[in-house]
Amino acid sequence: MKILVPVKRVIDYNVKPRVKADGSGVDLANVKMSMNPFDEIAVEEAIRLKEAGKAEEIVAISVGPAKAQETLRTALAMGADRAILVETDDEVEPLAVAKILKAIAEEEQPGLVMLGKQAIDDDSNQTGQMLAALMQRPQGTFANTVEIDGDSVIVKREIDGGLETVKLTMPAIVTTDLRLNEPRYASLPNIMKAKKKSLDVKTPADYGVDTAKRLTTTNVAEPPVRQAGEKVEDVDALVMKMKALGIA
Amino acid sequence: MKTLVLVEHDNQSMKDATLSVVTAASKLGEVHLLVAGSSCDAVAQEAAKVAGVGKVHVADDPAYEHGLAENVAPLIAGLMDHHDAFLAPATTTGKNIAPRVAAMLDVMQISDILSVEGEKTFTRPIYAGNAIATVESSDDKLVITVRGTAFDKAEAEGGSAEIEAIGGPGDAGVSSFVSADLAEGGDRPELTSANIIVSGGRALKDGETFEKIITPLADKLGAGIGASRAAVDAGYVPNDYQVGQTGKIVAPEVYIAIGISGAIQHLAGMKDSKTIIAINKDEDAPIFQVADIGLVADLYKAVPELTEKL
Repeated sequence: MKILVPVKRVIDYNVKPRVKADGSGVDLANVKMSMNPFDEIAVEEAIRLKEAGKAEEIVAISVGPAKAQETLRTALAMGADRAILVETDDEVEPLAVAKILKAIAEEEQPGLVMLGKQAIDDDSNQTGQMLAALMQRPQGTFANTVEIDGDSVIVKREIDGGLETVKLTMPAIVTTDLRLNEPRYASLPNIMKAKKKSLDVKTPADYGVDTAKRLTTTNVAEPPVRQAGEKVEDVDALVMKMKALGIA
Repeated sequence: MKTLVLVEHDNQSMKDATLSVVTAASKLGEVHLLVAGSSCDAVAQEAAKVAGVGKVHVADDPAYEHGLAENVAPLIAGLMDHHDAFLAPATTTGKNIAPRVAAMLDVMQISDILSVEGEKTFTRPIYAGNAIATVESSDDKLVITVRGTAFDKAEAEGGSAEIEAIGGPGDAGVSSFVSADLAEGGDRPELTSANIIVSGGRALKDGETFEKIITPLADKLGAGIGASRAAVDAGYVPNDYQVGQTGKIVAPEVYIAIGISGAIQHLAGMKDSKTIIAINKDEDAPIFQVADIGLVADLYKAVPELTEKL
């Protein structure tokens, strides 16, 4: 079985985003960029399935600028076998990304497509579900545990009330949640080896996909700032304050 | 504009999250509801009473019992021939189904909206709530998920909408429900609808200590219990306790953060609470920058004392 793992290059998890003064967006100049953490979990899960003998090949895919090659090299260093960059400097919305991934899936015929539940930049949480719809295949979103069972994949999902388990006929799409696994760090020898792995560069036009945006962002603003209140001396003072607020 | 709102339910009763979505939808136009479930008549009756609702579509079929997106999305896509906008709560249910509907309609979804600014213009959080984007759609139809805490709840009583039974495409035959492992709530209010939340962080050390310190205070206040991602990752409590950008977004009247430092990720999930109270022994903890009332103290002493004195 082949697993496709789409990955996105985003602002690093530890960087606090700064909104540009003119309201045109978030300042990404000279900001550290990394692989979307949820996608990293997807890469790790795919590698674990391969290590367990459930998958033969892992293909990492990214839709983004030339620099997204770095993100793909990271996936290759972790253990993906080859990579495809669909290069574009445009901002590509989840719907167009899903259309590109569908075209790649038609060529590659994977058993699973595994990707993060959301990217930490636009927080859309859409691409996996949209890809599943376009491919007319089942989806296991917000995965906490993934298990291959013959022609099916059993996904335990993190839902608001707890956990839910669903059984999906493959090919299927799985989106990963935080607690699925802890991604490995790539070792130095693997980073060196990754440089020699195949990385194809394509464009959205190669897949016949129009990436024109459907949503226009007219403004990006700082969220309202909450003012710090006061500190109280001891529990008695806190109790008084709480009683004044009508709590208890 | 005619809108269709997905009713979130468990086949017995409607979830509160639905009511906030009704409010958001009513800002766009006429509101119709969809109850997709199995033996879900009680939910349909409840939905018909929501103030401001024009019609309730009910698709009662075993294929819709567990809300599998593969089965429900085609049903919704079909109904969108006669509606202009589809809205779902930004819960795990809505987030699972809505993008599937959007792709079937060739529409770019607008996720997690905070406000309705115009017929096709909305605000939504990006970068874990560190920025608020205003976006305008150019699609003919709208597919939207709604952040519940950003909209008032519609009145649950007072309406008398017509109920219409509808059929749908049924089971897509590619997925099945196996089991659910849902938290036993007991009398404790659900996190997203609780008036008061007591939340614990990594400083609680382990599951037993979390229970011993947090639960009595929550019991005394009739509060829901939440936790930081650190406490969930460390296994003190189950994942559905997590408050934060990647967990639940809450906005209760009172949020009491105990032993929570206040990582950006956590603040994104609770900073819209009306009053925030923080107890932490580190006086420089970022949680104090958003707290209305702060107490710098050792939680092992302060929290039991607070519980006793309230």
